[in-house]
Amino acid sequence: MRMPGKATMGLGRRGLLAAAGVAAGSGAITGFPTIWAQNIKNVTLRQFGTGVSNLNAIADKVKADLGFTLSMTALDSDAVTQKAVTQPKSFDIADIEYWICKKVYPTGTLQPMEVKRIKYFDKIVPTFTSGRLTPTTPIAQGTAPHTVSFVDSPTAKTFAAGQTGWMTLIPTIYNADTLGIRPDLVGRPITHWKDLMDPAFKGKASILNIPSIGIMDAAMVMESMGRIKYADKGNMTKPEIDKTIGFLIEAKKAGQFRAFWKTFDESVNLMAAGEVIIQSMWSPAVAAVRSKGIPCVYQPLAEGYRAWGGGLGIARHLSGLERDAAYEYINWYLSGWVGAYLNRQGYYSAVLETSKQHMSADEWGFWMEGKPAKADILSPEGKVMEKAGAVRDGGSFQERMGAVACWNSVMTEDRYMVQKWNEFIAA
Amino acid sequence: MMSRHWSAWLQATPLACVLGVFLLLPMVVLVVVSFYDYDSVQVIPAFVLTNYQEALGSAVTWRIYVNTLRYTLIVWAITVTLGFGVAYVLAFEIRNRTAQTMLFLVCTVPFLTSNIIRMISWIPFLGREGLLNTALQRAGLIDVPLEFLLFSDFAVILAYVHLYTLFMITPIFNAMMRIDRGLIEAAIDGGARFRQVISQVILPLCKPGIAIGSIFVVTMVMGDFITVRFMSGGQSASVGLMISNQISLLQYPAACANAVILLAVVLMMIAAITRIIDIRKEL
Repeated sequence: MRMPGKATMGLGRRGLLAAAGVAAGSGAITGFPTIWAQNIKNVTLRQFGTGVSNLNAIADKVKADLGFTLSMTALDSDAVTQKAVTQPKSFDIADIEYWICKKVYPTGTLQPMEVKRIKYFDKIVPTFTSGRLTPTTPIAQGTAPHTVSFVDSPTAKTFAAGQTGWMTLIPTIYNADTLGIRPDLVGRPITHWKDLMDPAFKGKASILNIPSIGIMDAAMVMESMGRIKYADKGNMTKPEIDKTIGFLIEAKKAGQFRAFWKTFDESVNLMAAGEVIIQSMWSPAVAAVRSKGIPCVYQPLAEGYRAWGGGLGIARHLSGLERDAAYEYINWYLSGWVGAYLNRQGYYSAVLETSKQHMSADEWGFWMEGKPAKADILSPEGKVMEKAGAVRDGGSFQERMGAVACWNSVMTEDRYMVQKWNEFIAA
Repeated sequence: MMSRHWSAWLQATPLACVLGVFLLLPMVVLVVVSFYDYDSVQVIPAFVLTNYQEALGSAVTWRIYVNTLRYTLIVWAITVTLGFGVAYVLAFEIRNRTAQTMLFLVCTVPFLTSNIIRMISWIPFLGREGLLNTALQRAGLIDVPLEFLLFSDFAVILAYVHLYTLFMITPIFNAMMRIDRGLIEAAIDGGARFRQVISQVILPLCKPGIAIGSIFVVTMVMGDFITVRFMSGGQSASVGLMISNQISLLQYPAACANAVILLAVVLMMIAAITRIIDIRKEL
């Protein structure tokens, strides 16, 4: 720490700035936790993740409630994976999905969190800790969050078989996905995933062109049609991949699909413009179509949902005060305000009990219990999302999250699957 | 003598540095990485040929190349015809210098907005419930919306033509403006008909312009990915799109190998163009 002073005498302004930069970068803060501990306001945590939960409202609230700064970067899921692996020093908090965690955690860029420092650990929805929402719910296929949530020690790079004292990600946001439909244009009740392939919807169907997710939707359709029975949809064998892609190519050549979408707004536009009347969709996209005054239903289907979930992880390089701040942030995240915010957007939060305290009884009834709304339901920004009397598609939290058939996943045959998927798109 | 020698080197240095850092170096990296190995999250330094084997050994790659070349040929044929026509009108039919300049500027007006916006604006126009289909239906010309208009090869080519015709017009117009008007008068005096003037005087003298325009159009269509993705609704693939998919899946070595192959193909096409027409000689 003598260097900067010394540099002042010998060097010009440029040299001084450079030396000061080195001092700041070399851990001047983490080096003196006792002196700086009161000064948590000086901490900046850099969080990055997918757009869904990287909300500025959260950063603002962190500043107000906790005093430190949270800077957020939103990227798409591929870029998130890449950044988490290749630029481990560029972030402090990773907001990633569980299937990304399966890829990223073994590379050693994240550190596990001590369960005993997570205040609301016992209240986290059991789907994330045991894999079962209730003791009788079957464990879903795919990369179920509980399978990648625990490690045996801070240095372990493989996931533990059951619950341990070290957690890789603290769940933050999740949802159950299904098909979106235009009830005014489909002309009949939609009840199964196989309805996506109904010849009546020829040229009016779409599936999303993100291989790891698209293949799961295709798998749900295949199983629903009785064409195949997968051992694990989320981890197909090569012959299963061949069969699934072969089927998709067949459907594409027959003109079943109008388009394939890759981004949220593409899916909204396809649906709103009437190009497509049944397709893979994400819940806020359905809300976006509806907000244009166009009827759109997030249709529950007999085979169940394809679920996804994300969580917060701490970068390996974080220590001292910054790590304390990270724990504080994570505990705050689970303490209710954010949970209510996410629930009001149609997602689900990890600790229901705390979120409930931040929502009105009517909001809770509509979003979580499947009850008709007594008054207009507003988004967190105060925009009307649903009129009084509306009921959430798919019903209550238990009905939706209890009917998850599979989770977004990464397969052992990932590389092969992607090659085959490209064949489908090129076909 | 010595000092002149040095000053020449000095003068060339800035450009050499820029090209070295921003062109040569990335190319070297591209080639090097194309021999690396990779898994689902990282690139592994190695020397393997699997990326090239997978790329060249896959029927999909070949099909995508055929498709991309098909787009290129069709777009080239349309843009060269349109470009020649528009340039001809501008250069020979419009006699007034000011009007000429004004009209040429009009051609460039669409370029004041971004490429992507110009392309995307076709989507609401061509869609099933889009402006064109609605208009045709209201006029009673069709009963069911024309679906081939959007998310089809037609849409892709339409967007390409819209985006790239100016790159054909400009060099051809430039070449035409250099043609000595006396030559045309001489041809007419010699009894040449309109068609002969075009095919035997103007066209040969426009060759360098056509070649330059062709290089622009060919390289842009061959490397494009965004137009294909949006206008085909993800239904068609191009080489650029294949590379972009691989990048987004973090398969950098595979993407690099494909980029090297694409580069080789495009360079061969440009070599062929310059072989047919000596741009330097005729400039």
